[in-house]
Amino acid sequence: MTDERRVPEDDRLADNVGQRFDRLPATPADRTVSGRASREEVIEWWVEQYGVDPAIFEGYSFWEKGAGKVWICAEKETSQALPSPIEIEALGMTFMRTRQRHWKPTTAAVQRFGHHAKKNVLVLEGAEAAAFARGEDIPYESWDGDWGYLVVAHELAGDVEPIGVGLYLYDELRSTVPKGRQESLADL
Amino acid sequence: MNPLERYAPLVDDPEAFRAACQRPLPSVVRVNTIKATADRVAAAFDTEGVGYEPIEWHDGLFALAERGPGTTWPYFHGWVHGQEEVSALPAVVLDPDPGDRVWDACAAPGSKTTQLSAQMGDQGLVVGNDSNLGRLSALRHNAERLGVTNLAVTNQDARNFSLKPFDFEAFDAALVDVPCSCEGTCRKNPTALEEWTIDHVRSVTGVQKSILSRAIQATKPGGTVVYSTCTFAPEENEAVVDHALQTEDCRIVPFDLPIDTVPGVTEWDGATFDSAVTETHRIYPHLNDTGGFYCAKLEVTA
Repeated sequence: MTDERRVPEDDRLADNVGQRFDRLPATPADRTVSGRASREEVIEWWVEQYGVDPAIFEGYSFWEKGAGKVWICAEKETSQALPSPIEIEALGMTFMRTRQRHWKPTTAAVQRFGHHAKKNVLVLEGAEAAAFARGEDIPYESWDGDWGYLVVAHELAGDVEPIGVGLYLYDELRSTVPKGRQESLADL
Repeated sequence: MNPLERYAPLVDDPEAFRAACQRPLPSVVRVNTIKATADRVAAAFDTEGVGYEPIEWHDGLFALAERGPGTTWPYFHGWVHGQEEVSALPAVVLDPDPGDRVWDACAAPGSKTTQLSAQMGDQGLVVGNDSNLGRLSALRHNAERLGVTNLAVTNQDARNFSLKPFDFEAFDAALVDVPCSCEGTCRKNPTALEEWTIDHVRSVTGVQKSILSRAIQATKPGGTVVYSTCTFAPEENEAVVDHALQTEDCRIVPFDLPIDTVPGVTEWDGATFDSAVTETHRIYPHLNDTGGFYCAKLEVTA
């Protein structure tokens, strides 16, 4: 795996409250809740893992609700900033899972932002792309990139389009497409 | 009773009305411009061998030739969302700007909510509310698939919606697409006619009036409130709007629609309504070969 960083728990900081949305601290130095990822660390992870330009996240804020679930919210104008904490059902889109050894992007995040990735993008051909969307694991020996969570994509209508997140380990690509998103689709 | 017979006297051509209501509707998808363009969706459908026809009045709607949209690659990628043609109208009428704060009072399962988000370029804030927690999970699922990031989801009774979780006083605009008798959806869902009762009509109008009132109160002066239903019942349409005109600070705003409509009715079942309701729109299935719909546009005046 490429990245084993995690934010260590710190007894001097407050405990996470899972039932509400809290804005992520800007940097590790701004951290007030134990184990909470900062905005800087979240963006750095995407830059290191996928080579995205960090500027793509300007205009978005990041929030934690639940234990380690990070959400991304369009929030361009500081004059219209949302209060933190905020107790509502959902805010923006689920973005990634932190507070675990290997951080993991969501299918939704990779489908929305994965086209910015410059590395760790695995492009599948017709039948394999369809199998991946059905949630199947795929034997795959020819990958020479990093191990870990990859952007898995295919070619569609003139461009490479992300399908979801694949976990690459030991010559196998595991589909992490959630059950509710899995679909039997045509081999293109 | 068959509720359609109740409304046949309102219609110019009752035979055509009855016949249209019995024909099934094609499966229609809306292009999700947060993730794709209409051209790219069309190219993907071509690649996949999915037959489609563009809907003339809206450059982001396609009628599919055969199957439902769920088993296509564009659907999987969140490039399209299954949405009946007339159901795309209220968000077009609301016409929000990027940066606006918009309230969708009865948001689940989120077709119109996510359309608003896309029209706003996924900027600003859409607050999608629904009183039914189970239906909210459908809204959440759709919003995630469509890649929407400007949506805050709340689970309140819209009749007394509180802005307390947020730090602003009022919305720039609101969409009030209320629970209704739904006969307008009979071409997709024939049980809508079987389940119809006059008692339900009478009980639901109180909820509709209260939600529309709250939306007007929660919107800034000068802001737009769009009221829509998929019923032909004047009790749930013109009577609700008439009630808002009498009790809240608002006026009806005339507007044009890109499809054929007829004016709202000023009399029904012994009741009369403010003449301004003729500036609201009724859509019968035989007019454009669509589902049935009603839509009113209000401006908040104070």
